[in-house]
Amino acid sequence: MRLNCPHCGPRDRREFYYYGAAAYLDRPSPDAPAQAWDDYLHNRDNPAGMTQDLWYHEQGCTAWLKVTRNTVTHEIIAVDAVATPKASGGMA
Amino acid sequence: MPDLIAKPALGAAPLTIAGTTLSENGATQITAIAPYPGSQAALAQALRPLGLTFPAPNQFTEHGDVRLAWSGRDQAFLIGGEAPADLPAAVTDQSDAWVSLQIAGPQARAVLARYVPLDLRAASRGQSLRSALNHLPLLLMVEAPDSYTLMTFRSMARTAWAELHEAMIKVEARLALT
Repeated sequence: MRLNCPHCGPRDRREFYYYGAAAYLDRPSPDAPAQAWDDYLHNRDNPAGMTQDLWYHEQGCTAWLKVTRNTVTHEIIAVDAVATPKASGGMA
Repeated sequence: MPDLIAKPALGAAPLTIAGTTLSENGATQITAIAPYPGSQAALAQALRPLGLTFPAPNQFTEHGDVRLAWSGRDQAFLIGGEAPADLPAAVTDQSDAWVSLQIAGPQARAVLARYVPLDLRAASRGQSLRSALNHLPLLLMVEAPDSYTLMTFRSMARTAWAELHEAMIKVEARLALT
């Protein structure tokens, strides 16, 4: 399996660390109802088909990546940097 | 202030197997430069006296013996020279944190193929790639298609050397069979 890192190009899975569902990016506000926090911390979908999760390019550029993939066909549809160079004002 | 003596990580003599040589590069000054957000123009200006530009991902730029090698997102290593004062960047001295090895020769790529998950067949001078040497963190710089600089954590220098030595022996053994 390879992920096409937006900074480094296509790289072997060994360079990456799997973090979990991309739902981690949608942190509820501190005063959100308990149900929202329960969903955020504990409840995950287990879709047959399209899913999005977070990977960390640990042995590479150290960027967090949001990977869109298909759990049925194993196709990797998209790999996006969570913090884009534009958003962070950096240069990648 | 005590007078500190710079010591090489290994002090190992170069090793040549199957016409391919593994050697340790001498200790040099390494400075990590992580530009502050939005500092592109100011940084380019500040680097001008060195004759360097901030490298694109997977690249290094160089001027004389001084090199600026991309080493991660929004970060590059200045190798072999003094960082200018007041750079618009987070600047840290990394000189004693890394060991630098050189592997060069016709079997260099075959040796690295045993540990490094990169396709180096299309490697060309000027590339600076973050990856792994087996389990060790790696910054690999391509000097020529059959010559590579390998930087890993200094604390792991002996492991890196031992594993590369082992792979060189195996590659030579395989060559004898074919």
